[in-house]
This record gives sequence, structure tokens and C-alpha cells, in this order.
Amino acid sequence: MNKNILITGALLVAIALGGCSGKKNVKPAAPPADSAPISEAPYGDSAYAGQPAQIGGPTAQETAERALSNNIVYFEYDSTVINAEGEAVVAKYASYLQGNPTARVRLEGHADERGTTAYNQGLGERRAQAVEASLLAKGAAANQLSILSYGEERPAVPGHDEAAWAQNRRVQLIRQ
Amino acid sequence: MLKKLLVALFLVAALPAQAALEATLIGGDTAPMPIALVPFQVPAEVQTDLAQVVDRDLYYSGRFRPLPRDRMPQKPTQAQDVQKDLWAVPGIDNVVVGQVSSAPGGGYLVQFALVDTVSGQKILEHRFNVKTAASLRTAAHMISDMVYEKLLGVPGYFSAKIAYVSAKGYGPARRFQLIMSDSDGFNEQVIANSHEPILSPVWSPDRRKLAFVGYTGGRSAIMLFSLDTRQVTRLVFEPGLNSSPAWSPDGTKLAASLSFETNPDIYVIDVATGKRRRLTDHYGIDTEPSWSPDGSKLVFTSDRGGKPQIYEISASGGDPRRVTFEGSQNARASYSPDGKSLTLVNTDGGQWRVALLDLATGKLKLLSDGPQDDSPKFAPGGAVIIYATQGRAGGAELAIVSVDGAIRNRLKQSANSEIKEPAWSSILR
Repeated sequence: MNKNILITGALLVAIALGGCSGKKNVKPAAPPADSAPISEAPYGDSAYAGQPAQIGGPTAQETAERALSNNIVYFEYDSTVINAEGEAVVAKYASYLQGNPTARVRLEGHADERGTTAYNQGLGERRAQAVEASLLAKGAAANQLSILSYGEERPAVPGHDEAAWAQNRRVQLIRQ
Repeated sequence: MLKKLLVALFLVAALPAQAALEATLIGGDTAPMPIALVPFQVPAEVQTDLAQVVDRDLYYSGRFRPLPRDRMPQKPTQAQDVQKDLWAVPGIDNVVVGQVSSAPGGGYLVQFALVDTVSGQKILEHRFNVKTAASLRTAAHMISDMVYEKLLGVPGYFSAKIAYVSAKGYGPARRFQLIMSDSDGFNEQVIANSHEPILSPVWSPDRRKLAFVGYTGGRSAIMLFSLDTRQVTRLVFEPGLNSSPAWSPDGTKLAASLSFETNPDIYVIDVATGKRRRLTDHYGIDTEPSWSPDGSKLVFTSDRGGKPQIYEISASGGDPRRVTFEGSQNARASYSPDGKSLTLVNTDGGQWRVALLDLATGKLKLLSDGPQDDSPKFAPGGAVIIYATQGRAGGAELAIVSVDGAIRNRLKQSANSEIKEPAWSSILR
């Protein structure tokens, strides 16, 4: 309240002293400062309005295969070593592939969320390559196998602890 | 009291649409600079409150303390109308005033001035030709850049666009979106939808294209989105990994990590012709390349020594040299705009944190707390770094930290998705 009185008082004094620019200058309707530098403020974002692109999208087969739980090889942190349970999964698929020469399997590799996303794409691929090597050693043919790494982008479960991470470090074998 | 309430309601009704990203300023400068952004004079049909856009930009920078409008002793719209003595009362040394007028051929002319109330002098002024009302916000962000740079001596970053990835759900329901928006989260535009991952978006230097990684046809692919055509095209679709694109400063090439020959190695791809040149050839994972501002070198992540570390290599090839030696792992480095430092992700085996590496001294400074921080990128001008982090509820959010570590912002998407993989475009000048 006191501040307002002070400001009003200052204004009155300023006007009294003829300091009010409203009295002195007749403001032109046209903008002044023609000498100020000028730039373009480009394209408004309404120019981009439109349908988003749709990219990829899994097939029904891929979705069904990814929903399985008996086609997964799990890994320890920072490791591409396949344990006994993993070897059992690999053996099952190796025998399926040997028995069906036209069958194909894609090895989808994953990493847990620790570290950076692109490096984790590399780790997922390394794990998938370990499974590929094991399949080849057990009699699958190279042209029956392909590799795809998802890095940390498709976690099996949410969560930010070791229990979740252990579930996410995996290679899943997807019949195509 | 009733009058104030009515005024407040009117202001709420007149506010533009909410930003798609909620911002929270955490730390700020210990002595933010007081400033007044006086409402601009605008034609009746203009909805954009330019001064409010600038106010918001400068407030969230943490370096300024904008004066509330109800404490402004006057509301001039031209520099000559600023009465310097009046501004001494609320203690404001810097006043921004401006006008928007209709341009004869359609569109608008925006002009502003920054007045130093100690001397009474105009210390900065500029005009903008604006073709559509939708570009008025852009002009306001350019004003924020200029005011920030004039008063702090460092370029602002407010007219930059950002791009990021939004991920929601688990299992087959998981869906990803590639999104671009203004630096303040307004004008959000979904560029692409997918039920497969999207990652690593990077703006071309001319801001007309985004390169990113998508998955399609059973493979990862490096893709290009063009703002001009609004089309998404595939640039690299080899077997194996096609990942981690990075634009050369002249915009003609993309460095990337491709594994189709042996395992992930760094390649340089000519965007116009698709021609590739292999830069590294090692059984370790080589990935996350980033160009120096002068285009002569790249840094990249490699675990050729056992664990991921940062290496630097000449753009013409040769032996890489290791540049990180602290902590147990270092990854995803990129250069500051002045080329003198890198921002990267560092871990000592526990937290993953954003860090700053001085290339001359080799000194590493930690800038964030983790636990799972990723994808740090310098803003244009180099004042702040954006990165992906975890929010308190566990979902991924974006954060911004100033290079001295003092100022922190959080940006989260209101729709409760994870947002990550942020990228800045260049600013407008």
C-alpha cells in the first residue's frame, strides 16, 4: 500500500517536472527504430501439422513368439556366457532347425538399462551372437539364423533393480 | 478482491495451451539477475503473449528473476517511453519492451528493445519479420536468445528445437513416438509412431532433417525425417546393427555404428550418395560417434580395452587415442560448441552420471547424480546440457543442468510416458 503511494507520488512529481514522455513526444503510429537490425523468424509450426509416420510394427507371428517364455536365454551382467538352462533352450531350437531345413529363427538380443542406449544395442547383439555360435555348433545352418538387437529398449519387466535387470538381460529365439 | 479474482480468471482463460512437457526449476543461480519483460503492444487478433514466452524462457534458465507484471511501475512498449527512475523502485536494471504490428503484405513485424535503466540507454534492439501468427512464439524465443546473450555473454538456446523419444507400456503394448517441440516443450509434434523402438534422434545442422534409428522389416535402420517433405526414408538397412547416427558439422555426412561387416564399427556415410567409408575396424564394440565442431575429429565409445571408454580419432582415419581414464566406464561423449570439452556418461560401477571432460587437462567433473543418466547433449552455445534421467516415480524424464552444475531443470511428459534420447537443434539467428 505504501509502495503504491510512493510510486503515484513519484509519477506526479515526474509529470509536474515535465518528465512524462506522454507530454513531450507525440508517439507515431508507425514503429520507430528503422535502423534496428532485422531477421526472419521462420516457418511456424503449423506448417508441420499432418499425420505422423508409422514405422514398422511387429507381425502377429512375432508378437506371439515374443509372448512365449520357454524361448529365452538369460545372461549374467556383462557376460555372454550361456548357462546350463540357456544351453537347454539352445539345444531344443538347434534340433528344431536341423529337422526343418527351411525353418528360420531370429535371435533377439537385449541388455539391461544400465549404460548408454547405443552401446547396449551392441551388447544385445553380442549376446545374440553367442547364442548363434552355440546353435551353429549344435547343427543349425547359418542361413537359418538372423540377429536383431534391441539393446535396452524392450525391457521384459519394468523396474530399476537387479531383479528386473536379470529378467531383461536375455536373448529370445523367435521362429519366423 | 473480486476485481482481482476476475482479472486472474481472465488471465487463465487467455493463457495459451499448456506445454506438453512440465518444467520444474530445481537449483538456480544464487543471484539471478532481476529483469522485467513488459507486455508487448500487439494487434487485437494476436493471441501470443511474447513477453510471457521470454519471461518463461529466462526464468527456467535459472539465471534471471523476472518481475511479476503487477509490480511493474509502468508498461511502456517503446524504449523511449521507459522512465528509468521508476524502475529503481522494484530494483530492475534491465527492461525489455516491444511491439507487434501487422505487416502490409500480411504477417507481422516484431520489434523489441532492451533498456538499461541505470543509464536509460537502449543496449539492444532488433526486429523480426514474421510470416504467420504461429511464428510469433519463434520470434519470442529469438528475443530470449538475444537478451540472454547480451546480459550473460553466452549464447542462449531458447530458439532451438528439441527432439526426444517417448515410450509407454511393456510387452506387445509398448509403443514409441518420435517427438519434436520447442525448447520450452510447446508446439509438440509427433513425427513417427511405432510399436518398435525408436532411438538416437539427431538434428541436421540446418534443422531441416532428423536422423534416427527405427526398427522395420526385422532390422534396425538409420532413418531420415525431412521437415520439408514430412517423409521418413531409410538411409541404412544392412543386416546387423545400424545405429547411433551423428551429423557432420557441414551437414553432408552421418557417422554411425554399423555391424554388418564384422561387429559394430564406426562408418562415415555421405548422405546424398549413401557412400560409406569405414573409420574403425576392431573386434570391440565401437559406437556413439560424435563430430568435433570443426569437423576434423570424432569421439566415440569403444570397449576395445575391456570396458567402454571414450576414444578420439581423426575424421580421415588412423589410430584412435583414448581420452577417458576416470571411473570404470565412460560412454556417449559429444563435444561442447567450442570444442574444448566433452560431455559424457561416467560410472564408477554404481551410479551412471553425466560428466564434463576438459580435453586439455583431462579433468573430469561430475554434473548429475544418476542413478541411470544417459544421452547428455550440449545446448547450442554450450551453457547447459540436456540429458535423460529417472524421475522420482521411476519413469524416465529429461533434465537440464548448467555446465557449472548450479542450475537444474526437470522436464517430464504429463502423459506419464518415459521420455528420453533428447537432442537439440541449432538456434535461429
